[in-house]
Amino acid sequence: MPVLDLMSGFIVELRNAGLPVSLTENLDAMEAVKEIPIEDRDAFKYALAATLVKSQNHWRAFETIFEVYFSLRGPEYSIAQDGKENDEMWREQQDLQMQGEGKGQSGGNMDGLTPEEIAQMLMNALMNGDQAMMKALAKQSVQRFAGMEPGRPVGGTYYLYRTLRNLDLDNMLDKLMEANKQQAAEELTNLEQRLEKDEFESRIEQFKQEVEAEIRRKLVADRGAEAMAKTLRKPLPEDVEFMHASRDEMQSLKKALQPLTRKLAARLARKRRHGRKGPLDFRNTVRHSLSYGGVPADPKFKYPRPAKPELMVVADISGSVAAFARFTLMLVYAIQGQFSKVRSFVFIDGIDEVTSYFKNTEDISDAIHRVNTEADVVWVDGHSDYGHAFEVFWERYGKDINSKTTILLLGDARNNYHATGSWVVKEMQKRGRHVYWLNPEPKSYWNTGDSVVGEYGSFTDGVYECRNLRQLEGFVEKLV
Amino acid sequence: MSKSFESVQVVRDGLKKVNYLADDGIASVVYLAQRLGKPILVEGPAGTGKTQLAKSVAEMLNARLIRLQCYEGLDESKALYEWNYKKQLLRIQADKSSDSWSEVHDDIFSSEFLLTRPLLEAISSTDPVVLLIDEVDRVEIETEALLLEILSEYQVSIPELGTITAKQIPMVFLTSNNTRELSEALKRRCLFLHIDYPDMDREKEIVLTKVEGITENLADQIARIVRSIRQLDLKKAPSVSETLDWARTLILLGIDHIDAQEAKDTLHILLKYQTDIAKAAKELSVDK
Repeated sequence: MPVLDLMSGFIVELRNAGLPVSLTENLDAMEAVKEIPIEDRDAFKYALAATLVKSQNHWRAFETIFEVYFSLRGPEYSIAQDGKENDEMWREQQDLQMQGEGKGQSGGNMDGLTPEEIAQMLMNALMNGDQAMMKALAKQSVQRFAGMEPGRPVGGTYYLYRTLRNLDLDNMLDKLMEANKQQAAEELTNLEQRLEKDEFESRIEQFKQEVEAEIRRKLVADRGAEAMAKTLRKPLPEDVEFMHASRDEMQSLKKALQPLTRKLAARLARKRRHGRKGPLDFRNTVRHSLSYGGVPADPKFKYPRPAKPELMVVADISGSVAAFARFTLMLVYAIQGQFSKVRSFVFIDGIDEVTSYFKNTEDISDAIHRVNTEADVVWVDGHSDYGHAFEVFWERYGKDINSKTTILLLGDARNNYHATGSWVVKEMQKRGRHVYWLNPEPKSYWNTGDSVVGEYGSFTDGVYECRNLRQLEGFVEKLV
Repeated sequence: MSKSFESVQVVRDGLKKVNYLADDGIASVVYLAQRLGKPILVEGPAGTGKTQLAKSVAEMLNARLIRLQCYEGLDESKALYEWNYKKQLLRIQADKSSDSWSEVHDDIFSSEFLLTRPLLEAISSTDPVVLLIDEVDRVEIETEALLLEILSEYQVSIPELGTITAKQIPMVFLTSNNTRELSEALKRRCLFLHIDYPDMDREKEIVLTKVEGITENLADQIARIVRSIRQLDLKKAPSVSETLDWARTLILLGIDHIDAQEAKDTLHILLKYQTDIAKAAKELSVDK
């Protein structure tokens, strides 16, 4: 297929996956393609990435789509079992390898080998870091174990699982370590063991990726790039829902938070910079008067330094928002670094201040652990009771709210049909600078069942749906 | 304009000659940038050689490096150009009586009274230059707009003088530590290059080229230990420059094989936070 046709499909898919590819970027990519031949696959990939992907967060999505659209194609990847052709392929591979390696593990046809033998060969290859052999084995094991059927609309995870299970890859690491121990002449120190382990881990990971790529190539050959790309589509990091984020996704969210809180701090501070003018800035005025021959025609004023805003974060950490709560705590931790005065509170049906947990630690997981174990947030039964928590908050800390304080409330407002205590929020708004509510639930769930977000919302400066980074960013954006 | 590169490989070899080991991504993007005449926005963790890339490219091309260090509060008069007020004033006062107003007016707004700042200098230069706009994420989002004209059109408009267009298109590098999201407009005009920590083999190569008198064996060990450390959940992972510092230290100490104790004793060179050091020491010596 000509490159240009492929390109247009490719770019449509990038957009479908949520990457913001503008028209100029599209044109740039077309220009870039002219400069770099598609045969140089790596260079070609980086050239496309440089023109189309403007954020590291999108790299993974880009790479997947690239693999699908520009994967190696050819009859050897068809799923349909054409024994003879495959045999030849395999033999060719073997020959090549024998030439390259000069040792040749088991000349001739591998189809006669038992799974155990293949696993053994894989182990040897991993042991020696034999790249060519690993590649060949990945191909062979997909062929043998994946049991791929043409036309099935799946993403390939199942095939991957089947292949790896047959090779017993889960226990491979232990086996390798064991074998390594026996091989070594003398006892390995702990440091050396650790390094060996990391090395093996990375080789196994490499092999896994090879298998995955092989499966993907076959699936693309079977079903075409468009269909395949659609099944593989995953939300971008900024669209991942906090409530259902996996561990890996949480990690990348954590990284993205830092710049966001800095922006939040800047936004909250900026409001004060505009409007008021300060006293005359004598030095600056004289400096500018020079351009008028010494006449101070353009007086300059000192602008008041924006005072760092004070922030109070009150977060629900009950079970119903557990996943969000972890994120919330990360957010609180990140915010703490940006503001001069942040006080953080967590509640379920009781409320407790946790500012100090975040202050004297550099390790966020440690802080979160302390919050979850030490904070005194259970009053009666450990089910959310916003009303009681708010009332206690007002009683204990209400006097600390002043006209500089912005209050951020985080929670789903699912109150288990308790009294709402919304008067507290009303008072907060009266005394504080702003009150914002961030709700991790989809908007359509608000005010259904025991959710009373509407009642609280009427006393705040705004309730925002906050299910993913994009929405959080949108909230920060709106603060201007 | 300097001669253009023939292929990605040429770029890679050229960079290697000036002791910069580029991976596929870096070499392709530099090649492409020169071919398309577009700026490169380089992003990545601190200490991975973003600034060094610009310097090395300048060295490779035999071009002058013009550097604009960004900081909060950077403005037009520091980045683009400024009128030399004092000189203008002197000019007016020097012959108050003789010239008519219109002559003076035209005179004091000529290029003689213009102080060029890095951006204008890069554009008006006749010899080949590489422009490095360092840590562009430090300027406020409003100031970013200053850069847009020069990045897309390679020209600067000065109201009193007109538009100054580049005589030759310079290579432009912008670096960012990603402390904030850059504006769409800026990103759109640039090629994007993310430089991450190098993989183990490349890191070993880097150590071998940059540190004198190091043995292959030690370099290998260093690269492997650093990789293990980077896999831990740390506040700040060791950067390439820290790896190099560490390698040099080990050489100075006369160590040619690292054992757990020595690694532990010199960890503070790789890691800068006490909690990180404690964590890494624990992970490396006590076993899994």
